[in-house]
Amino acid sequence: MGLFDTLLGRKKPVKANLDALFALPQAAVTLEVGAGFRSSGVGSVCYRASEGAAFASMQSDIQALLDADGGPAVERSQDSYGFTWLVCRQEPDSVSELVTELHTVNTTLEANGFGPSLLCSVVDFDGPDGQTLGLVYLYKRGSFYPFAPVGDQRRDNALELQIRGLIADDVPIEKSLERWLALWGAPGLA
Amino acid sequence: MSKVKTRFRGDRGLTARMGLVGFLLVALYLLFGAVLIAYTNLFFGIIVVVALAFGQWYFSDRLALASMRARIVTPEQAPELHGMVDRLVALADMPKPRVAIADTDLPNAFATGRSPDHAVVCVTTGIMRRLNAEELEGVLSHELAHVANRDVAVMTVASVIGLCAGFIARWGLFFGGGDRGRDNGPPVWLIIWLVSLVVYAISFLLTRALSRYRELSADRSGAYLTGKPSALASALTKISGDMARIPTRDLRQAQSMNAFFFTPALKSEHFSTLLSTHPHIQTRLDQLARISADLGRQV
Repeated sequence: MGLFDTLLGRKKPVKANLDALFALPQAAVTLEVGAGFRSSGVGSVCYRASEGAAFASMQSDIQALLDADGGPAVERSQDSYGFTWLVCRQEPDSVSELVTELHTVNTTLEANGFGPSLLCSVVDFDGPDGQTLGLVYLYKRGSFYPFAPVGDQRRDNALELQIRGLIADDVPIEKSLERWLALWGAPGLA
Repeated sequence: MSKVKTRFRGDRGLTARMGLVGFLLVALYLLFGAVLIAYTNLFFGIIVVVALAFGQWYFSDRLALASMRARIVTPEQAPELHGMVDRLVALADMPKPRVAIADTDLPNAFATGRSPDHAVVCVTTGIMRRLNAEELEGVLSHELAHVANRDVAVMTVASVIGLCAGFIARWGLFFGGGDRGRDNGPPVWLIIWLVSLVVYAISFLLTRALSRYRELSADRSGAYLTGKPSALASALTKISGDMARIPTRDLRQAQSMNAFFFTPALKSEHFSTLLSTHPHIQTRLDQLARISADLGRQV
């Protein structure tokens, strides 16, 4: 934010960066080879729904569009923080198709002027010992981080750091650990 | 590259008014400084005042927390509050401020700290008890907008001139008592004193105006961040209604913190809009209603 914006007190909403999301399938391959984590075929987009008719009608348009392919229906849910999750399902291991669906959600929101409402996208992975891992894409920073919840409001930091090292060459990793937002209540992640 | 469509609409009028007030303040600074340099050597006093203002800005977080008897809370102590702030800062892409709770029934919230990296957002137990999650989130987004806009720094700089002029208006005659006029004209000190009085009055009005514009600006950014201007409006009406019902003695204790608050603690009917730190509640509600309409418009 520049000096002028500070003086005039006008912080504009931060735009979402959608491009880096397509690096995700490469990281999925590395995850399977390097750590035995396989995609569960579940991915979700988390956003902040605005009030009013424009957002509601756009939301149903997105769902209709994604359901038109005849696959499993897209589910919509709201978490306890007031954020909306759109959950997309594909065959396990078809990460590219999943990412394409997630990207459709992004571009639709952006085309309707709601790009700043996007919080993150998550693709779920299952570990060899039954762990669940979410690979999270932060739109506002254009970066990824792993999120491994265990039980009630606890996360496996060791596993997250191990995964960070593994996929660092495939996707831009969020460097500041403070920004590794804990996504409690994310659908599909225990 | 095609321009990405955005629903965020800046308020040109608000920006222009704020720019004008800022410009007038700077002009006042220069004028007052020139008068001081031309006629006096009271630099020591001025340096002390500026140093005080600097200290007030630098330690603003600690001062504010201490005066409200607020304590910093960890994510373990206040998981819901932290969770809410976590989401909002991720959405706004800003560093996470510390979170504090003040144990008082006064329903309010404030943000302070010298920079976004040293910021604190504080809510009272009273506001958490009265507001539902969505409304509290609206209040937090308003406070986070203050942090992002660096309002503590801007308001400190803006008020320094008023502090200096106030200092001279109060102590100038005392200091200047020994200094007789060098010629037959009126005593220099009297002139300085009168100038200081005028400067003090003008800068007071200007900083108050600036404060009101920045409140509106924070409402606007906060409403766009959560996408729920109506929740913020509902929080506003709820709190200002409650504020009027609270015995005034408690409110007066918190009055020194007014400029930082979400809504002012003491609202006297004698205070005209010109003198208050916050815009009239109807002005704030009207702006939020316009944002709500903007968000609902089909594009």
